[in-house]
Amino acid sequence: MTYLAKPKLHHPELPKNKLGFTRRDYEGTVSTLCAGCGHDSISSAIIQACFELDIAPHRVAKLSGIGCSSKTPTYFLGQSHGFNSVHGRMPSVLTGANVANRDLIYLGVSGDGDSASIGLGQFAHVMRRGVNMTYIVENNGVYGLTKGQFSATADRGSKSKRGALNSDESIDLVLMALQLGATYVARSFSGDKAQLVPLIKGALLHEGAAFLDVLSPCVAFNNHDGSTKSYDYVREHNEAVNSLDVITVHREITTEYPPGSIQEVKQHDGSILRLRKIEASYDASSRLSAMTYVQSRYDRGEIATGLLYFAPTPRDLHDSLNTVATPLNQLNERELCPGNAALEKFNAGLR
Amino acid sequence: MKPISATNDFVIKFANVNGSGSASANTLFAKAIMRMGVPISPRNIFPSNIQGLPTWYEVRVTERGWLGRRGGCDMMVAMNPQTWDPDVAEIEPGGYLFYDSTRPLPASKFRDDINVIGIPLTAITNAAYSDPRQRTLFKNIIYVGALSALLEIDVPEIEKLIAEQYKGKEKLLEPNIRALHMGRDYALANLQCPLGIRVKRSDGVGKKVFVEGNSAAALGCVYGGATFAAWYPITPSSSMAEAFAKHCRKFRVDPESSKNRFAIVQAEDELASIGMVIGAAWNGARAFTCTSGPGISLMSEFIGLAYFAEIPAVIFDVQRAGPSTGMPTRTQQADVLACAYASHGDTKHVLLFPEDPKESFEMAADSFDLADRLQTPVFVLLDLDIGMNERLCDPLKWDDSRHFDRGKVRSYQDLEAGARFGRYLDIDGDGITYRTYPGTHPKRGSFFTRGTSRDRYARYTEDGKAYVDNMQRLLRKFETAKELVPKAERIDASRATRFGVIFYGSTGPAMREALADLEDASIEVDALRIRAFPFHDEVIEWVGRHEHVFVVEQNRDGQLRTLLVAEGAIDPGKLTPVLHYDGTPITARFIQGEIAQRLGAFNVTPIKKTAATGGGGE
Repeated sequence: MTYLAKPKLHHPELPKNKLGFTRRDYEGTVSTLCAGCGHDSISSAIIQACFELDIAPHRVAKLSGIGCSSKTPTYFLGQSHGFNSVHGRMPSVLTGANVANRDLIYLGVSGDGDSASIGLGQFAHVMRRGVNMTYIVENNGVYGLTKGQFSATADRGSKSKRGALNSDESIDLVLMALQLGATYVARSFSGDKAQLVPLIKGALLHEGAAFLDVLSPCVAFNNHDGSTKSYDYVREHNEAVNSLDVITVHREITTEYPPGSIQEVKQHDGSILRLRKIEASYDASSRLSAMTYVQSRYDRGEIATGLLYFAPTPRDLHDSLNTVATPLNQLNERELCPGNAALEKFNAGLR
Repeated sequence: MKPISATNDFVIKFANVNGSGSASANTLFAKAIMRMGVPISPRNIFPSNIQGLPTWYEVRVTERGWLGRRGGCDMMVAMNPQTWDPDVAEIEPGGYLFYDSTRPLPASKFRDDINVIGIPLTAITNAAYSDPRQRTLFKNIIYVGALSALLEIDVPEIEKLIAEQYKGKEKLLEPNIRALHMGRDYALANLQCPLGIRVKRSDGVGKKVFVEGNSAAALGCVYGGATFAAWYPITPSSSMAEAFAKHCRKFRVDPESSKNRFAIVQAEDELASIGMVIGAAWNGARAFTCTSGPGISLMSEFIGLAYFAEIPAVIFDVQRAGPSTGMPTRTQQADVLACAYASHGDTKHVLLFPEDPKESFEMAADSFDLADRLQTPVFVLLDLDIGMNERLCDPLKWDDSRHFDRGKVRSYQDLEAGARFGRYLDIDGDGITYRTYPGTHPKRGSFFTRGTSRDRYARYTEDGKAYVDNMQRLLRKFETAKELVPKAERIDASRATRFGVIFYGSTGPAMREALADLEDASIEVDALRIRAFPFHDEVIEWVGRHEHVFVVEQNRDGQLRTLLVAEGAIDPGKLTPVLHYDGTPITARFIQGEIAQRLGAFNVTPIKKTAATGGGGE
C-alpha cells in the first residue's frame, strides 16, 4: 500500500483557530518521503501558516508538477483540492485554474528539477504574467526520484553523492523571479521554521506572484560533504537579511518594537508585513537592490534568506485581462450565451 | 477552339504575388457575384510567407451551389510573371487568359487553344498614379473593374461593397470607385464584352451566409459558454483565437463594469496552452485551445493527463499538411490518428468532424457539453480548407431553450445532503463519475487529481487491480460516448447497390457533387458521412451491409480507414482508400474519377450502359 491515511484520533484540547479548525485539519496523509526530508518540514510550515491565517482549507487549490517536492501536496491540506500535473508544467495548470476562479488561494509546489530544468519556461511566464499565487520551490539541487542526478540549481563545483563534479553554472530562481516581475520574492531554509512560516504567510496574503525558494536538503542524495545544498552547508552559509511578522487586519496590534528597526508595510489585502531588519542597509522594496544583494552574497559563498523583495500593491493577471469580479466558472448562461436574436444579426452581417 | 460558354458556372483563378493587396480586390470580386444571388465557392491558395511569393485565389461561380472545388480553371487572371507558365497551362481548352499587356510577350508564351484578353494595366495605373504603393493597390481594383465589364458583374454591387469596406474612411472610397471605373471603361471601349463566361443575377444564394469556419467555430465557443481560451499562434488556427477575441469583445463585455466575462491568454507555447485549458476546466470553467498538427504533437503529454485524470478539455485542431512543418499553409486531414490516440499509453479520444462553417459553429458549441458530460478531451477537427476559406452555408442558428450540460458535478447542496462521493466511483454504470469543483464544500467532495494511477477515491495506488478497474471504466465511458456524439449522415443511392463510400469533414462539399456526378453517369453508391469518433454501431453495420466501401480522405495513409479497421474490427480488404493529399482541397472531379475507375476494376458497368446494351451486369 502506497497510501496511508493518518489516524483520526485528536487530542480533545487541540487549539482551534477562528474557523474552529485544529492544526490537524490542515494535515494530509502520511508522507512517503525519506525520513528527515526537508520537504516534510516545508509541508509542516505550510500547515502551520494556513492554520494561523485561519484559511478555510477548501479555499486553497494546491498544484504541483512531478518529483519528490510535487508529491508533497498530498501531505498537507487534506481538505483542499489538489492537482499533481506533469513534469515542469504546473505553472500553466495553475494559471488556467486561477483564471477560471479568482476567488481561491493558489499554492504551487515545485522542485528545482521541475522548475529550473524542464519547467524553466513555464516558471518564467507564470512570473511575468503576475499570476496571483504562492509558488514554492523545494530546492535540493538534485533529482531525488530518479536517484541523484544534478539539477539546474546545483552549484558549479558541487559534488554528487557518487563523487561527480557539477561543471555547469547553476540557475538562481530567486534572481530569475526578481527579473521576471514576481512581486514577492523570498528565500528560506527548510530547517528554519521560525523564518519560513511567516514568509509563507506573507506569500499567501500577497495578491500577486509570490515566489519562495526554500533550500531543502535531500537526505538520500545531497546531504554529504561537497554538496552546497546539505543541512550543514546551508546552516553555515545562511545569512538572514530580515525576519518577518505577518499581521492580518482583524488582529492588528500596535508596534512593540523600537522604532527604526521595524518596517511595516500594508499589503493589498490590508494585512501588514512587519519586517525586522537585521542588516540596516537592506531595502526589501527595491527590486534592483534585491538582485544586487543576492548576487553579491552568492559571490561571497553566502545564501541570503528572508523577504528579499515585495511590492505592496501588485498588479495581477486578472488586472491585465480586465476580467469581471465574479469568477468565470460561476457565470451563468444568461451572462454567457448571446442567444438567437444576436445570432440572426450576426448572420445578416455575413451576406 | 470554341470559347467556353457558360453562365453562372465557371472557375476563375487569380494569380497574384503575396503582399500586393490583391486579396481584398479578389474578395470584392467574389462577393459582388454573391450579392447578385449567384453562389460562389472561393479558395485561398497561399504560401507560408508574407511578401513576394505566389498566391492564388480561385472563385468557383456555381449556379447549382456546389461548395467544393470543381478542378480546372476557365479563366486565369495572370498577374504574377513568376508563375506565368504553369498558370497558362492550367486553363481549360477554350478558356480565357486575362493579363497585363503593357509589355509585349512573345507568341510562345501563349496557347493556341485559349482566348487571350490583354489590358495594359501597368500603363493605365502609371498614368493615373505617381505613388508606387497606390499603383500596386489600384491595379487590383482596375482589373476588377475590367472583369466587371467582361463578365457582366453589376457595378452597383461592387460600389456598395467598396462603400461598406471603407465606411469611416471616406477618403479612400472615391479613389477606389474611380479605379474601378477606369478598368471598366477601358474594357468597354477596347475589348469585346461580355465574354462567353458571364454572370447573371439569380436567386441561388437565398439566406445563406458567407463565413470562415474558424470564425464560425469561435462563435460556437461563445455560444457554448467557453470563458477561457489559451492558445499559441500557428497557421491555420490563429484566426480562430483572434475571432474568439473579436466575438467576445462584442458579446461578452459586462455593460455595467466594462469588464470581460472571458479571458484569453496567448501562452508561451502549445504545452502551456493546453496546461492552462486543463487547469481552467478542472476548476469548472469551459475552456479551449486551438492549434494545428505540430501543436497536437506538443500537447500530447498533457492530453494524456486530461484523459487519465478525466478533465473536459476542448481542442480545436485546424489541420494542415504534415508531417513535421510539412506545408503550413496547405490543407490535409492528416491528424486523425494523432488526435484519436494522442499521448502515450492506452488512450482514445472523442473526435468531431465538422463539414462546413455552420457545423463548425454547432460542433464547437456541442463540444463543451460533450467534454463536460464525458469529462474527457474532445477534439474538433477542422482543416485549413474549412477554417481559412469563407464559404456559403446555411445561417447559424441557436435554440434559446437549450441549456449547457455541465455533466456530473456535485454541488454544495448535493454534498451537504450527503450525496455519495468518490471521484472515480462509477455510480451510474456508464463509466462517467462525479466531480466537484475546487472550493465547493469545506468538508466534503475534495479530491486529488493526478496522472498517476489511483483508486476509486482518487488515492494514489500502484495496485494492478485498481489500475485495470480504472482502465476498464474508461473503456465503458468511451462506449457511453457513442450515444452522445453526432450520428453519421447517410446518403442513400437511388437504387440498391453493393458499393459504399465513406467521407468526413471538409471533403463533404466535393463529395456531394461527386455523388451527383456519379449518379448522372448512372453509377450508384451509398454514402456515409462520419461526423464523430467513437463510431456508432450503425457505422460498422452499414459497412457490413456493403460488399465494398471506398474511404475518401485527404491524407496519404488512409487514417480514418485505419481507425475503422482498428476500432470496428473491419476486414481491411473491404475498405478501399481514395486519397488526395497534395495540400489542395479535394475536388469533385478527382473523387468521381477515382471511384469510377476503381469500380471499373471491380467490373461494374454503369446502369445506363447496361440498359443501352441490354445486358452485362456488375
